[in-house]
Amino acid sequence: MKPGQRPGQEAIAAKGRFAAFKWLILRRAVQAAVLGLFLLGPLAGLWLVKGNLASSLTLDILPLTDPYVLVQTLVTGHLPETAAVLGAVIVALFYVLVGGRAYCAWVCPVNPVTDAAHWLRDRLGLKGGMQFRRGTRYWVLAMTLVVAALTGTVAWELANPVSMVFRGLVFGMGFAWAVLAAVFLFDLFVSRRGWCGHLCPVGAFYGLLGAVSLLRVSARRRADCNDCMDCYAVCPEPQVINPALKGADQGASPVILSAQCTNCGRCIDVCSKDVFTFAARPDRREDSKTGAARDSSLRDAA
Amino acid sequence: MKVSRRDFIKTNAAAAAAAAAGVSLPASSMAAAGDDGIRWDKGVCRFCGTGCGVLVGVKDDRVVATQGDPDAPVNKGLNCIKGYFLSKIMYGQDRLTRPLLRKKDGKFAKDGEFTPVSWDEAFDVMAAKWKEALQKKGPTSVGMFGSGQWTIWEGYAAAKFMKAGLRSNNIDPNARHCMASAVGAFMRAFGIDEPMGCYDDLEHADGFVLWGANMAEMHPILWSRLTNTRLTKPGCEVHVLSTFENRNFELADNGMVFEPQTDLAILNFIANYIIQNKAYNKDFVDKAVNFTKTATDIGYGLRPEHPLEKKAANAGKGKLTKITFDEYAQSVAKYTLEYTSKLSKVPEDKLLALAKLYADPNKKVASYWTMGFNQHTRGVWVNGLLYNVHLLMGKIAEPGNSPFSLTGQPSACGTAREVGTFAHRLPADLVVMNEKHRDFAEKTWKLPKGTIPPKPGFHAVLQNRMLKDGKLNAYWVQCNNNMQAAPNMNEEGYPGYRNPENFITVSDPYPTVTALAADLILPTAMWMEKEGAYGNAERRTQFWRQQVDAPGEAQSDIWQVMEFAKRFKVEEVWPAELVDQMPAYKGKTLFDVLFANGQVDKFGLDDLQKGFNNTESKHFGFYVQKGIFEEYRLFNSAAGIPKKGHEMARFEQYHQARGLRWPVIDDKETLWRFREGYDPHVKAGEGVKFYGKPDGRANIIFAPYEPAAESPDGDYNLWLCTGRVLEHWHSGSMTRRVPELYRAFPDAKVYMHPDDARDRGFKRGQVVKVMTRRGEVTTRVETRGRNKPPQGLVFMPWFDAGQLVNKLTLDATDPLSKETDFKKCACKVVAA
Amino acid sequence: MTTERAKKTARSRRQFLADTAKAACGVGVFGLVLGLAARQAQSLPPVALRPPGAGAEADFLGACIRCGLCVRDCPYPTLRLSNLGEDVAVGTPYFVAREYPCEMCDDIPCVAACPTGALDPKLTNIDNARMGLAVLVDEETCLNFLGLRCDVCYRVCPVIDKAITLERSGNQRTHKHAMFIPTVHSEHCTGCGKCERSCVLDKAAIRVFPVALAKGQLGAHYRLGWKEKEREGHELVPGIIDLPDRLPQMPGAGLGNPGGKP
Repeated sequence: MKPGQRPGQEAIAAKGRFAAFKWLILRRAVQAAVLGLFLLGPLAGLWLVKGNLASSLTLDILPLTDPYVLVQTLVTGHLPETAAVLGAVIVALFYVLVGGRAYCAWVCPVNPVTDAAHWLRDRLGLKGGMQFRRGTRYWVLAMTLVVAALTGTVAWELANPVSMVFRGLVFGMGFAWAVLAAVFLFDLFVSRRGWCGHLCPVGAFYGLLGAVSLLRVSARRRADCNDCMDCYAVCPEPQVINPALKGADQGASPVILSAQCTNCGRCIDVCSKDVFTFAARPDRREDSKTGAARDSSLRDAA
Repeated sequence: MKVSRRDFIKTNAAAAAAAAAGVSLPASSMAAAGDDGIRWDKGVCRFCGTGCGVLVGVKDDRVVATQGDPDAPVNKGLNCIKGYFLSKIMYGQDRLTRPLLRKKDGKFAKDGEFTPVSWDEAFDVMAAKWKEALQKKGPTSVGMFGSGQWTIWEGYAAAKFMKAGLRSNNIDPNARHCMASAVGAFMRAFGIDEPMGCYDDLEHADGFVLWGANMAEMHPILWSRLTNTRLTKPGCEVHVLSTFENRNFELADNGMVFEPQTDLAILNFIANYIIQNKAYNKDFVDKAVNFTKTATDIGYGLRPEHPLEKKAANAGKGKLTKITFDEYAQSVAKYTLEYTSKLSKVPEDKLLALAKLYADPNKKVASYWTMGFNQHTRGVWVNGLLYNVHLLMGKIAEPGNSPFSLTGQPSACGTAREVGTFAHRLPADLVVMNEKHRDFAEKTWKLPKGTIPPKPGFHAVLQNRMLKDGKLNAYWVQCNNNMQAAPNMNEEGYPGYRNPENFITVSDPYPTVTALAADLILPTAMWMEKEGAYGNAERRTQFWRQQVDAPGEAQSDIWQVMEFAKRFKVEEVWPAELVDQMPAYKGKTLFDVLFANGQVDKFGLDDLQKGFNNTESKHFGFYVQKGIFEEYRLFNSAAGIPKKGHEMARFEQYHQARGLRWPVIDDKETLWRFREGYDPHVKAGEGVKFYGKPDGRANIIFAPYEPAAESPDGDYNLWLCTGRVLEHWHSGSMTRRVPELYRAFPDAKVYMHPDDARDRGFKRGQVVKVMTRRGEVTTRVETRGRNKPPQGLVFMPWFDAGQLVNKLTLDATDPLSKETDFKKCACKVVAA
Repeated sequence: MTTERAKKTARSRRQFLADTAKAACGVGVFGLVLGLAARQAQSLPPVALRPPGAGAEADFLGACIRCGLCVRDCPYPTLRLSNLGEDVAVGTPYFVAREYPCEMCDDIPCVAACPTGALDPKLTNIDNARMGLAVLVDEETCLNFLGLRCDVCYRVCPVIDKAITLERSGNQRTHKHAMFIPTVHSEHCTGCGKCERSCVLDKAAIRVFPVALAKGQLGAHYRLGWKEKEREGHELVPGIIDLPDRLPQMPGAGLGNPGGKP
């Protein structure tokens, strides 16, 4: 990224506009599709999917339940029925496979909003504001469970922007737009990537769920990296890149292993050198378009 | 109360005028507006035949409130929930205010769109169509369908216009669907119409029997009187018979659900029980009763080509044959307890308890019935069978002993029956078939001999058939919703209205199903928008004054009839030999001949009550209502009338009183007829005299049990019974426009036994189709709530214009009364 | 160099501790607010009724995951999810009787749809539902208390003659008519709300409240003697005797029998 230039310009120049936004487009499409599936019923009378992200029933047979909300009701002391448990297990297994925080990047309705806030913050050149530690979200997560246990209420659902917004879209908005606006303004003016990147316990939960997930981004061609820093600029959790991209010397895997990575694929999009790619976790291959590959797997093996 | 100077002057002026005319005004008319600016005056509830007195509050030419009249003898200030909302019925958002004619390219077209037109254009088109029909096919090709909701003068004017003016007896009221069987039985048993008792029987009786009358819902205020007696009188018992468990059963000491049509057998069983136990009142029977039997196997009033009619030995016959007491006893002997219990599915002990009540000489019994008896293919029979029981015991025509036919409409008695709006009747119980009666009517009406045709016209169901067959071509429906109300709408109702040969006019305040099926809709003034009079079920005639003006161009039915009469020259509708008898009528209109006849136009506008408008009178230039009522009194109260017993008080007296029960003689009401001391027509020493019959004796008429026209079979395996609910009145054209009543019972549903629903795999609330051989209706299943049908029967109310249940019903009628049996046909219910 | 590093480490440790404390405090305050809000949310407004099978409000709020599946399977416009800004805990299902009551479906689809059991799957007979309890709140405006024949609430009751009965008495004003007093029986009332919905008054005289608001409770220290006797089918204390009363021996007139009955 040259000074004064916005991230991704090099990629656009090198790969063309579409390829430079491929994963972003796909991701937005999936977010829209998920919402669309839920809206087909109320809007078109086509009830493929009923309910919302908290729990749903697809084709009147497949139960899917948000494991986080189920854990909350568990700690209130309620023993849920089989349908909910089964649904939560299915969802949990899925995210264990595809990466827990893929939920954040590919499903969560708040994500486009915080992405928009971030984009605007950059555009307006807004700096500073509060900085939270990345680990704060785990405190918040713990807090939601403690409050649930103490009050016997799924208390977090009184404030949870994620479920509120999605429910709002599917069942009627009420004042949920205000919560959404608050998150947007918070991310825009108060804290850069504040909500999704630092505070949201839903993301934290899914992150933990996906700590050992199979699907990962790998900096397979890290050898080709030209240090343009575009990937750091676009990444919602930039701290996850460094070990993989720059860890060759320490013998670190090219695979991004942090549970905080959302598998959003923006780094793949914006890299003009095609350093990044989706890979399965055990896959530590490296190669290089320019032939500069230093095969770490060989060295690891050695 | 604050009285402004202006009001004071007005009030005094009215009082002065009244005093000059020898009239004392009712207090309410003299009352000026109260603090809230509301003027209160006396009125009558618009709905059922109970006839609750109400006070109507008007402010700024709008009925803003009503109250039950605390001094009205019927209801003492109370109302049912429909009466509570009276002030809202005139102000539905879709009130019609202009005549609407189906037009295409600027002129009438049968398939045109409803287009607002002037009254002149409406009547021009209509008169042309009527004249065309008269010219082509004669008077039987024109007809009118009226109502027991017409005011007395409206019915009188319409009947006179049709029978004497257009010389067509094709006028029938919707009371045909309602009271015709009761009328038939009154005439056959007593020779004079309407109950002998009155509502006071509700306090006098020791036992009540309800025969097909869901009084708890349909006559709510009378039910509260009956209930009070049951509560307060030791030993009082209530027996209820119905084909399904209704709200009466909640009070019933002996509730009986019987197999449809077997009421015929149950009544014969009671007679048999009374005879077997020698409990009958021998003195009474010897003195006041004749024994007869009626012709049997009389068919079902269907079209003559129907197999059931061809099969019937005596289709349509009502001939009575005299028999002896012993022959009568033998006739009923077949109806033993065991036989009757098996046939009716009513347990023996219950039947026995019922019979014992009637047979107990020390218990005064009042029997009530409405549509369960009347809407019955043997309606006249079954009415008569109940009279048999009362007559055997002599439990009749005295306080508390009273077989009492309740009415469903506010003026079924006062209008439909008394002024002669039936196809065979003339005012005051006269009939067109009787030459003397015709002569009397013609003389009274100052018309040439032979004006009134001797053949009865088409009755309600026949009118629809004739419309369909193209034999009745110009047709006018006033004050009712017969498309929704008449049976077999798909096959016999709608086709006639849309028959291109026919021109249908409907007068209504609202765009009802009937109005929308018409070619011309005339916007009509209703209830307090005109001066009116109703006669309730206990022979009580009640008047009210016009309280407000009708909206827009809406005009009352009587205005419409009289104005339409102006469109016909005598020569256009009468044959020359008739006109020649009265050369003075040459060149005159029917209005001149019928209404400006020196009688109807006798009373000037000075007689009008000051402070109240009277739209018709001001339009025609004379006191229309008074003129008509006084002419009507020539039929029932003048010297030399053919039939006594219907005497009415003077016009003004009704405006002063809270209704008077006829016969009114020597300024006294009559509460019980045919009984010495109560009825001035029964002379001292006569005791009981049924003076409607030449020999003063009532007829006990034996009639057997005969099956219904259509019963459940393999395919159509359920009985379908239709009826009403308390919240809605009849077709709902008024009550469904009151938001609160709509909310209380929004849509019709089919009441079904839970096991019947389960057997068909229905869940409560499921959308289903009720089907008969004639049509289908989509509705929801109800297995709970107010009505609990037995297995094998479903009940569906008919108020809902969105679920036209009369697509399902069979147009089978009582061959004698021509009243449809809306209570029995075969249906099936399937998932929608 | 080492000390430098040690200093650095010490500083970062201090920093870490400070940050942690900050985070913990911040989150703690947030949690406190959330907890208070949760407590607040447990007070359901009286017009909001829970679907059939919902337990006590506190339990229900712990068990319901706000998925809306009950709303989706309700075949009528009855159930809805609370939106933010309403008095009902956001996202939870409820209905308002006056707007649209529960139609009491035979198969209780809302309960069947609930994945967590917040609506108790053991509820299979809708008659056993206790969504609330009807209370005739205003005898001064209830038309039947005034002697009129309304009783719409009674006739629309799906559990008619059990949940609502008409208790008859004489009208002391007219002396001719009976009064029909609508009377709710809590052992049968499901709280479906049909009565409140259809009350024809401008403001309903009969209303359905959550049972906890609507129901009184007798003290456990007192029993209703006649009911105990009826339940047992005999006197609770058997063998108590009564001696005959001495009465004047006068013939006729039933004087020997107070009350005059033979």
